[in-house]
Amino acid sequence: MAGTGKAHLRPEGEALLRVEDLVVEFRIGRTGLKVNAVSGISFDVLRGETLGIVGESGCGKSTTGRAIMQLPRATSGSVVFDGRELTTLDKEEMREVRTKVQMIFQDPISSLNPRRKVRDIVMEPLNVWKRGSKDEQGAAVDKILEEVGIDPKRAAESLPHQFSGGQCQRISIARSLVLEPQLIICDEPVSALDVSVQAQVINLLEELKKAHGLTLIFIAHDLAVVKNISDRVAVMYLGKICEIGPSDGLYTKPAHPYTKLLLDSIPVPDPNVETRKVVIEGEPPSPVNPPTGCRFNPRCPSASDRCRSEEPTMREIEPGHFVACHHPLFGGDAPVTVRTD
Amino acid sequence: MSSAAPDRNEVEPLIETVELRTHFRTPRGIARAVDGVTLQIRRGQSLGVVGESGSGKTVLSRSIMGLLPRNGVIREGSVRYGGEEIGNRTPKQMRSIWGREMAMVFQDPMTSLNPVMKVGKQVTESLRLHLGMSSSEAMAVAEKIFRDVRIPEPTRRLNQYPHELSGGMRQRVMIAIALACGPNMLFADEPTTALDVTVQAQILDLLSEQIRDRNMSMLLVTHNLGVVAGYTDEIAVMYGGKVVERAPTKVLFSNVKMPYTEALLQSIPRMNQPSHSRLAMIPGRPPDLVNPPTGCRFAPRCAYARDVCVREEPPLVQAETPDHTFACHFPVGSAEYHERRVELNRASTTTAEVL
Repeated sequence: MAGTGKAHLRPEGEALLRVEDLVVEFRIGRTGLKVNAVSGISFDVLRGETLGIVGESGCGKSTTGRAIMQLPRATSGSVVFDGRELTTLDKEEMREVRTKVQMIFQDPISSLNPRRKVRDIVMEPLNVWKRGSKDEQGAAVDKILEEVGIDPKRAAESLPHQFSGGQCQRISIARSLVLEPQLIICDEPVSALDVSVQAQVINLLEELKKAHGLTLIFIAHDLAVVKNISDRVAVMYLGKICEIGPSDGLYTKPAHPYTKLLLDSIPVPDPNVETRKVVIEGEPPSPVNPPTGCRFNPRCPSASDRCRSEEPTMREIEPGHFVACHHPLFGGDAPVTVRTD
Repeated sequence: MSSAAPDRNEVEPLIETVELRTHFRTPRGIARAVDGVTLQIRRGQSLGVVGESGSGKTVLSRSIMGLLPRNGVIREGSVRYGGEEIGNRTPKQMRSIWGREMAMVFQDPMTSLNPVMKVGKQVTESLRLHLGMSSSEAMAVAEKIFRDVRIPEPTRRLNQYPHELSGGMRQRVMIAIALACGPNMLFADEPTTALDVTVQAQILDLLSEQIRDRNMSMLLVTHNLGVVAGYTDEIAVMYGGKVVERAPTKVLFSNVKMPYTEALLQSIPRMNQPSHSRLAMIPGRPPDLVNPPTGCRFAPRCAYARDVCVREEPPLVQAETPDHTFACHFPVGSAEYHERRVELNRASTTTAEVL
């Protein structure tokens, strides 16, 4: 799978964000061992586009999001945002860039200061950057709170715990928007919410994206949610990207065996659809000692000797649809038969 | 205790609750978490309980099992297990039932396992306590159960601590603990919510296989309708502490009656929708259980609600198909429902034209 290569990158300059050969490693204590959280991935996001990143726990999707923000800095590789290389910026320059790149986290309640009034939480970024007078700041905050559907009056006198999970996520969104960023990285923004509330937050993100001309990176493990909000989707496995393509194409015609297995694992809300027996065995191997060749080969139904020795590179199998696999489900040369039992 | 005698009879439900109420005293007043739930679970049957956060689904399963805090709880109504009333038993009296007759798998496998005890010991604990096994007998049984729940290298795993295992493995250990003493009734409270999709499918398959092989009954609590669709025989939809619709799984999905159930189903993002399609959502939020709305508790969020819905609480009535009940004045398919539906469609097209 997990392959290397940059065939899927679009011409330089067109993209708002361009990440190349991003590597993030963490040392484990003094053991001398390293966790290869992200192992050389490349992708780009155009202005106004939404890129979805999906994968299982431990595949490096959140680390990727954080590495864009330089939290922590990548071990190697380049992150170019709006023409500026972020990996070489010093602390102060990076602080300024973070006004244009914002992040929304998974747990809305713990990402808000429990002891401050909600309106003050949303106002904080404006204070820090001394944007406008007190009155202008107040007006901007009230406007953004209205937009995300939170009553500014209530926000002025209430603490985060007085709001529900869905409302807290709206507050986080308001806080991230108040500095008028260009890019928002959403790290599992709806996975802690009920289905009914999930839909509210996703619809809200879509509206705000249009109204503010935002570019989004949407990280999640829920494939259905990612599909709905994204223009393009990247599937990650054990620190590598295995497939990237337009969201509709990737879901209707997955090319990578891993993408197909992921899609097949989703329980279908229809009792007449026969429940498939376990479609994928086991769990991802440890990123401390990843398999050689394609990283997915130990779990892959169509793995061959070549997959165990040679790492596949990205190639285009349909316009805009790229896969890193020696035996893709279509568009490749003589795919090995996939076990279906 | 009573597993042998009466429930041989298939007609007799294994679990039966009648007008079960569990209220909590809170600083703001009395929260009606479970407010008059009547249901039955037959032997070998799995019932899915679905609802949003705060609908009372978790409290319901804990009330049946008798796992409630000691203080500040008001309980009413009856819980029968195998024909015997267990609703009024003390935790001490329940101990002979827990583990042996009823067991529970919790949502978060990390916090429900003891972090400083080897997992093997956590499995053998109940075997030794309830079945009086010696420690070596219990270890042998534990190893077999680990194999049943498909934990690779069971002998080695028995000697590990929870932090050495992945989330999916920990949930398998939880299931092994629950299955150890061969209970008749398994409560699974959001067993896969903390897990990845791929692992979720594995765990659900494992649960349904074990239920079948051991002829157990299961109460599966979840907010995910996709999970209950494939793995339960019957579904109870809860809202504001009450069961608002109940039907065999296939009937519920093909013939929804309660607009709340319909709205829940529609808010699931589907794979076959083109991206960026606007998701159907339920406006507002679940009701306040301290001051629940009068009439139908869903009325304030319901697109089809009329005056009567706010005044009168709809009773649970029988649908045209057997075993299907619902509580709604204007169910999906009624004339009033259609009338409102047409109005709603017209409204949305006019807004579109204006835009």
